[in-house]
Amino acid sequence: MTAAFEGIGASVRRKEDLRFISGRGHYTDDINRPGQLHAYIRRSDRPHAKIVSIDTTAAAAAPGVAAVFTGADLAGIGGLPCGWQIHNKDGSPMAEPKHPVLAEGKVRHVGDPIAVVIAETKQQAKDAAELLDIVLEDLPSIASVTAAAAPGAPRVHDDVAGNVCYDWHIGDKAAVDAAFARAAKVVSLDLTNNRLIPNAMEPRAAVGDFDPTTDDYTLYTTSQNPHVIRLLMGAFVLGLPEHKLRVVAPDVGGGFGSKIYHYAEEAIVTWAAGRLKRPVKWTAERTESFMSDAHGRDHVSTAEMALDAEGHFLALRVKTLCNMGGYLSTFAPAVPTYLYATLLAGVYKTPAIYAEVKAMFTNTVPVDAYRGAGRPEAAFLIERLVDTICHDTGHDRVDIRRKNFIPVDAFPYQTPVALQYDSGDYFTTLDAALKAADWAGFPARRAAAKANGKLRGIGISTYLEACGIAPSKVVGSLGARAGLYEVANVRVHPTGSVSVFTGTHSHGQGHETTFAQLVSDQLGVPLSQVDVVHGDTAKIPFGMGTYGSRSLAVGGSAMVKAMDKIIAKGKKIAAHLMEASADDIEFKDGKFSVAGTDKVKTLGEIALTAYVPHNYPIETLEPGLDETAFYDPMNFTFPGGCHVCEVEIDQDTGVTSVVNFVAVDDVGRVINPMIVEGQVQGGVAQGIGQALLESAVYDEAGQLLSGSFMDYTMPRADDLPNITVGTESTLCTHNPLGAKGCGEVGAIGSPPAVMNAVVDALKDLGVRHVDMPASPQKIWAIIHSNRPRMAAE
Amino acid sequence: MYDFAYQKPASLADAVKALGAEDAKALAGGQTLIPVLKQRLNKPSVVVDLSRLGLSGISLTGETVTIGAMTTHATVANSADVKRAIPALAHLASLIGDEQVRHRGTIGGSLANNDPSADYPAAVLALGATIKTDRRTIAADDYFQGMFATALEPNEVITSVTFPIPAKAAYMKFNNPASRYAMVGVFVAKGPQGVRVAITGAGQGGVFRHAAYEAALAANWSADALNGITTPTDGLNSDIHASAEYRAHLIGVMAKRATAAAG
Repeated sequence: MTAAFEGIGASVRRKEDLRFISGRGHYTDDINRPGQLHAYIRRSDRPHAKIVSIDTTAAAAAPGVAAVFTGADLAGIGGLPCGWQIHNKDGSPMAEPKHPVLAEGKVRHVGDPIAVVIAETKQQAKDAAELLDIVLEDLPSIASVTAAAAPGAPRVHDDVAGNVCYDWHIGDKAAVDAAFARAAKVVSLDLTNNRLIPNAMEPRAAVGDFDPTTDDYTLYTTSQNPHVIRLLMGAFVLGLPEHKLRVVAPDVGGGFGSKIYHYAEEAIVTWAAGRLKRPVKWTAERTESFMSDAHGRDHVSTAEMALDAEGHFLALRVKTLCNMGGYLSTFAPAVPTYLYATLLAGVYKTPAIYAEVKAMFTNTVPVDAYRGAGRPEAAFLIERLVDTICHDTGHDRVDIRRKNFIPVDAFPYQTPVALQYDSGDYFTTLDAALKAADWAGFPARRAAAKANGKLRGIGISTYLEACGIAPSKVVGSLGARAGLYEVANVRVHPTGSVSVFTGTHSHGQGHETTFAQLVSDQLGVPLSQVDVVHGDTAKIPFGMGTYGSRSLAVGGSAMVKAMDKIIAKGKKIAAHLMEASADDIEFKDGKFSVAGTDKVKTLGEIALTAYVPHNYPIETLEPGLDETAFYDPMNFTFPGGCHVCEVEIDQDTGVTSVVNFVAVDDVGRVINPMIVEGQVQGGVAQGIGQALLESAVYDEAGQLLSGSFMDYTMPRADDLPNITVGTESTLCTHNPLGAKGCGEVGAIGSPPAVMNAVVDALKDLGVRHVDMPASPQKIWAIIHSNRPRMAAE
Repeated sequence: MYDFAYQKPASLADAVKALGAEDAKALAGGQTLIPVLKQRLNKPSVVVDLSRLGLSGISLTGETVTIGAMTTHATVANSADVKRAIPALAHLASLIGDEQVRHRGTIGGSLANNDPSADYPAAVLALGATIKTDRRTIAADDYFQGMFATALEPNEVITSVTFPIPAKAAYMKFNNPASRYAMVGVFVAKGPQGVRVAITGAGQGGVFRHAAYEAALAANWSADALNGITTPTDGLNSDIHASAEYRAHLIGVMAKRATAAAG
């Protein structure tokens, strides 16, 4: 009997799920060190204020308190660094005001940390924090990008004129202007991309530890990229060398981008552990998460398309104001530029594109990458604009897309906004999605709904994204202050089992299964004999972490490169044992054989020989079977596809229900179809959340009105339809796996599909555009304001 | 959470006595009190747990359903007696919170708290129920006195609620999309006390009766009878999820649907 197939392409059940679903995961908050103290952070409840005075006397004298620190105590250490530098149109660098670990002089958003109380228990720390006497003097404040950009707006940072972090552009303005001048038709659309709060299930947490006998620091933290945190915090904030700083990110319960960044609390607990010579722990309460985790999106844009008489896209012009919040989060400047404006070609062969992006400081929580990061904003803008073109001109929504798609034979395709797509076939994903969604049968369903008093609409989104975030050379030229390769160490143990050490990090993605399948497949080792290790700078050589759907495309490729080295070395050992030339050794299904003979050595035999080198080519080959590879790809990867959404609107209440959703994505090579489907389902759930439910709402002054789950509408299971997921893949041409990535496609492709369906449902009312989220109140107001008109018709 | 003393008395008299202490708080199902304590929004001297007083249970007569104050929402929702006698009440209980909340939260706790977005006040007011306490009975019309305010004295403990069985009744709830509390909940009833319509979730002062709807339905029990009757926006809540105008509109929609559902 042959064992069940568990290699590339098998829907193997996730190895990690037993511990997760049985409550035995080991998260940062589960870590408790001997002698540990607890930190509680007193945060600003004002959007913008001068810190007049902080009296810590009473708090410091409270029971159990070990220390109270304010910005003045931390003034000697660095601010939180920004990992990406954008340059203005005139070539000058962006404004990069200091982001202090604890507020210095002013607070700039609700949630800005002012002081930390460290005590024997968390309760004591909280009790003492109430005794802090903090005098704040309110300053004028702003929350929206439009308010920040208004003449005479209050300044968030005294030395940043007009609140402009950067004023950047990309593309050929002259070519775009020329195309608009000769266009048969121009269609323009104003749209916003609503601000979101990530809300990972596990709140952020950090434990700092210090060993006075060795001067070694350890930070346990909820991170998607422990090596990046070690680099940023060690080099830029605390001045600790890498060999004295270990960062561990154990099981992490969801990130969606929000756990990429280096946060103040990580620096506070590490620094305080060194000062107090005792471990210090901090765990966010949910309310703190709402006001201290980096938010996502928050764009206000104008998009204009120039068309010829047949509906060919001639040129695209985009103006975007984006919100950076009160300070620059780690990768914030990259999101609305290189992860957004470079994607504005989408799947279309639009010959000329020009985009201007102005990033604004406001008195709100810093904004950074959130699932999709820039690409959902681009896809939403393009796909809403395409549907608006159809609304204004009468073109068919499917035909106009086919007419403007980049042809299948045009790859590699150079866009007018820097990126070069390596592969894709947008026609196939479109056709498959239309078929699965029964697009042709929609008019009958619409009529049936109408008979029941419901408004039914169908929407389409043919989107593209860039992921596998990498090429160091490319991102470096675009402003990154880091490389973006990935690292794998493959260790074949003496008896043939394998440990794989990866610089990527799993916080829900199933890496322990997918990567084990990859190794099992390539080395011919049973899945049970492969363990994947991640999340500890003391164990893993190096790594840039997990975000931008890069883990398989970049991290998996690094594993393939390391395994290639293992196999090459194994061949030499096998050649020695079987008295053949290494060139004649073949490796397949875990066995080394001499071509054309029945001589065979298993990987286990070769491994044992490598570690017990009694009979071994020791003059030319080192013992051991342990190889490391750093992999830096040649390009991004470009997943894409087609999402189709069907909605029904209750005219009486304004409630929009998603009645059908189909996603057909090109994610390149699929290792585990079940995990890919899960990733797409989760992404679509978040996309439907953005489209219909979620919104971070600030009042004009910068008070967060949606600061808890009482007011922030997280999608729940009963908000979501059954989601049909399909894949129609073309392979990435430049990585050894052909993988493109699947982590973000759902969140990128779905919002415009949903909103195109909503606008379609309302088309008889003359509705041209609806901004997200399509809440019941908003839709009712639209229907209500059009009622007299409907009655008149 | 601040430190507090905790008592779990075995008799109603002891509970009332314990609640006489300054800043004492009664704990029923804890679905509001515990989160409030965790957020340090309340600092009681003593928390008096009512779970040992034997106040849970459902009893039926030909004319009434009586529900013990400590009876959970899940028990009410799943009770064959309630489903038969006042199905609208069982349905209402099934809509409260989520499964976990329904297995902890109690009718007495909900009514004592009188959250303006709670569901039970709508049923109590529309059905003309009677609230029994350790010392008296209070008619529904006298009980609700504004947002989080009731006729209860500081140490008074609800023991049970008696609902007259109506000829017709239904509850329709429009959820706040985020919290799933009632953004607008409408309970319509035609019973021994006449036609009564109670609205929860919408009013700044908590649950209220809708006189215009009651008059219309008393004259003609049908959804169409409510056509053209608008609800003034004065006194209605307005927040990021629903303006007063939208709430006023939803009151009409939910009232019509409730009337239709009541048959």
